[in-house]
Amino acid sequence: MDKKIKISIRDLYKSFGKKQVLNGVNLDLYQGESLVVIGGSGTGKSVLIKCIQGLLTPDGGSIKIDNQEMVGQNSEIIENMHSKMGMLFQGGALFDSLTVWENVAFDLIQNRGVNKKEAKIVAVKVLRQVGLGADIADLYPSELSGGMQKRVGLARAVITKPEIIFFDEPTTGLDPIMADVINDLIIESAKDLGATTLTITHDMTSARKIADKIAMLYQGKIIWSGTVRDLDKTDNPFVRQFIQGSSKGPISVEV
Amino acid sequence: MIINFIETFLRALGKPLVKFLSSLGDLTAFVVRAIYHCFVPPFYFKLFFKQVLDIGFYSLPVVGLTTLFAGMVIALQTYSGFSGFKAESVIASVVLISVTRELAPVLSALMVAGRIGAAMAAEIGTMRVTEQIDALVTLSTNPFKYLVSPRLWAGLIVLPLLVFIGDIIGIFGGYVVGVYKLGFNPANYINATFEDLQIIGIVSGLVKAAVFGFIISMMGCYHGYKSKGGAQGVGNATTNAVVSSSILILIFNYLITEMFFSR
Repeated sequence: MDKKIKISIRDLYKSFGKKQVLNGVNLDLYQGESLVVIGGSGTGKSVLIKCIQGLLTPDGGSIKIDNQEMVGQNSEIIENMHSKMGMLFQGGALFDSLTVWENVAFDLIQNRGVNKKEAKIVAVKVLRQVGLGADIADLYPSELSGGMQKRVGLARAVITKPEIIFFDEPTTGLDPIMADVINDLIIESAKDLGATTLTITHDMTSARKIADKIAMLYQGKIIWSGTVRDLDKTDNPFVRQFIQGSSKGPISVEV
Repeated sequence: MIINFIETFLRALGKPLVKFLSSLGDLTAFVVRAIYHCFVPPFYFKLFFKQVLDIGFYSLPVVGLTTLFAGMVIALQTYSGFSGFKAESVIASVVLISVTRELAPVLSALMVAGRIGAAMAAEIGTMRVTEQIDALVTLSTNPFKYLVSPRLWAGLIVLPLLVFIGDIIGIFGGYVVGVYKLGFNPANYINATFEDLQIIGIVSGLVKAAVFGFIISMMGCYHGYKSKGGAQGVGNATTNAVVSSSILILIFNYLITEMFFSR
């Protein structure tokens, strides 16, 4: 069965000053697929995800979401596209002036005209889905632990039932057990929604667990992609070095 | 050798110039975008009222004390300069003119710039470096409409109100010194004040206040919005917001005075 292409990226370029960060990225995401982009720190993973969301403007190339070109479009089309997307930020990026449930229900209240009472009921329900009790709904984000903040961020990302969800280093900064809990939640919520997900991470345990397909970004290009099974069989020296976590190999680390 | 020297010299000159021009362009683009979003819905009225409370109500003690002592010191200084001949009416009118035209708007604005401009830059800057502004965008909410435009409207509307209250308190400060320290007749002092009351003096002060309020909010938002690089970046944004708004306040104070009173 042919799968529909959800996101298609061609020859994507982005530089900051003299530093070329994305150097011709080509990537396809099929509907309902979970793609994990791996790569070292500073290889442009975050820049890639921000370009797809229109938070950064690429220097050149094409990004098509549902066959709609996003590069060079006016802000209205990009804003409309955001209603199809959800994003879990690395640090949570919860609004610290709002309570937990107001964070989770933000999009419902601000943009979808849901009244506060109903929005809170929905928010508490989604919080329960990510394993948080109703008692924390009225707390502020600063009163929560890192793992709880991630869960709230996840709840905020999925409450509008987006078709595409982005995860920016979802397990970074968490202990291994909490990381696994978050992995499970990601798989679960993506499956429930039938959403297409794009995750960027350098946590290989997490990548193996949540990925249908893995792509490796190095020096602004996708240098390898394949399934998790392919990952262990590949003889690509860059990928081998990365998954073994070795300082010796073709990837030199700039200190 | 000499060419090398000239090249280094020109480079040292050119680099800051280019940087200055590019940040000027940046600022202009920001201001245009910010003003555009001030007039295009959706409007966040709740956030606007929260800012009104922050900028206006909570600045009252600072503005009150500042203008009170400004009025008092003007009365005292004028007395030591003009003592004797018709001291009462001279002091009353000097206090009136200097407080309503200059001291209340400028000093209040500088105090509010320190209080509010810094707070805005710090808050928006922190939101920037913790990706909360990106999060707003991904939640289909325009950060200009959500963060910037409520602050601009609040600054524009609240500062004139604050300064009007400051006018009254400043004149009262002059009265207190005139009557209780210098021993003038209260009725004569009040009469002299009202005799010299000119609409244009007060209006020019309030126009200044509106412009200053706009500058304070704009600088706070701009430097916060553009801040990068963690805690240090936010610290820089705060400093830049206060310094740039203070300087702009003094420059625009001159320009507006020129507009109203030179002919």
